[in-house]
Amino acid sequence: MTALLLRDLRLATRAGGGFGLGLAFFLLVAVLVPLGVGPEPALLARIAPGILWVGALLACLLSLDRIFALDFEDGSMDLLAIAPIPLEGVVAVKALAHWLVTGLPLTLLSPVLGVLLNLPGPGYVWLVLSLALGTPALSLIGAFGAALTVGLKRGGLLLSLLVLPLYVPTLIYGAEAVRRGVDGQGAPTALLLLAGITAGAAALLPFAAAAAIRVNLR
Amino acid sequence: MQTSARLLPWLAGLSVLCLTAGGIWGFFFTPDDFRQGSTVKIIYLHVPAAMMAINGWIMMLVTSLIWLIRRHHVSALAAKAAGPVGLTMTVIALVTGALWGQPMWGTWWAWDPRLTSFLILTLFYLGYIALWSAVEDPDTAADLTSVLCIVGSVFAVLSRYAVNFWNQGLHQGASLSLDKEENVADVFYLPLLVCIAGFVLLFVTLVLLRTRTEIRARRLQSLLARERMA
Amino acid sequence: MPDLGKYAVAVLGSYGATVFLLAVLVGVSLWRSARMRRALREVEARQGTTHG
Repeated sequence: MTALLLRDLRLATRAGGGFGLGLAFFLLVAVLVPLGVGPEPALLARIAPGILWVGALLACLLSLDRIFALDFEDGSMDLLAIAPIPLEGVVAVKALAHWLVTGLPLTLLSPVLGVLLNLPGPGYVWLVLSLALGTPALSLIGAFGAALTVGLKRGGLLLSLLVLPLYVPTLIYGAEAVRRGVDGQGAPTALLLLAGITAGAAALLPFAAAAAIRVNLR
Repeated sequence: MQTSARLLPWLAGLSVLCLTAGGIWGFFFTPDDFRQGSTVKIIYLHVPAAMMAINGWIMMLVTSLIWLIRRHHVSALAAKAAGPVGLTMTVIALVTGALWGQPMWGTWWAWDPRLTSFLILTLFYLGYIALWSAVEDPDTAADLTSVLCIVGSVFAVLSRYAVNFWNQGLHQGASLSLDKEENVADVFYLPLLVCIAGFVLLFVTLVLLRTRTEIRARRLQSLLARERMA
Repeated sequence: MPDLGKYAVAVLGSYGATVFLLAVLVGVSLWRSARMRRALREVEARQGTTHG
């Protein structure tokens, strides 16, 4: 499993792997929004949590179809399916790899973008915490969506249509945690619920995704 | 097929009967509410459509489970048939809700928990239908959509609670529970029941009709395949 | 015709929209059903396989 994780990470960081693309996208969103809504600090401070969370979510979405597509095309997926480790484990490892190359950097970059968007002081801790707890769920849900659409020729657009509604609870609790953190009340509740979603997704979605991959490999 | 063929005209007739009766009763022969005026008449469309939108998803969930567990082909096709019907119901509920909300709340749309969850339900329906139409092999499509339906149900429920957490709303609570004081009055209640019966019957009729179409489509496919082989 | 007062647009609009949407749904369902029935009958007649 470790070997698989290292292999996926190497593939992702190599040229053309799409690493950094999500980060650049995240940065662009944070730059474009003030250009769109105007530079007024109070307004930016109010919408910053939502913008940062939506930006992170969309940046995550960008690289989802790569989770399984390449392995599916060159046949490695068939090998992984008959490998000694269960397919559920493969899915979990691949989601973890995806999180390490997208979710984690996004989390680490987010305070910088918080400055750009004039996020109020107490929000930073909650922003980083909520992204750290929430982005794994985004990767896991995305892995499930990618597993559903992996057999399709042009699955990218369909993938976003399938995955975005599933992102709703994560987005709500994540952005709400930051907003409540800024207001200074009730943020831990949202954070706990967010962690609950991540834990539930980690426990159950690999099974659903593995089932979908088995169907697609048939 | 034979049972449904015999049932279908009866169901269709009954649903038309209930819908016209409920519609005419509700539209022409009910008094106006003292606060809401004549807009209360929208309830005869809004509530049944909303109920069938949710029940439609539950039906898809059950048929998906039956397909995954028992591999009963008709079950998968019934789930497929129910998708567009459920989607239409959600759209009706949203449109009538907007038209009702405009005079009552002064706005077409509010990010109220109930409204928002319904919008999310619409997105789930869209994704489900899109996945059905994207996958070519019918058995693969049935498997994938079933898995999506199950996962989607879990997330739809999660979204419902998340949305409640996110915003307190304008929408009133349940108007038809059996044990509450704030239920709608009998004058509105009885025609509403007829309308709900009509919507249920219409839903069943349409799902049966569409399932029959899907079964025929399957048979046509296999016959054409045989022709190509020969 | 009952007196709908100032809310006539909302009420009539809702009824109109619902009838329209349901009519489209029923129409499309019936049309697809008829088309499929015809296509199937054609192929069955061509192949001489009729049952059920």
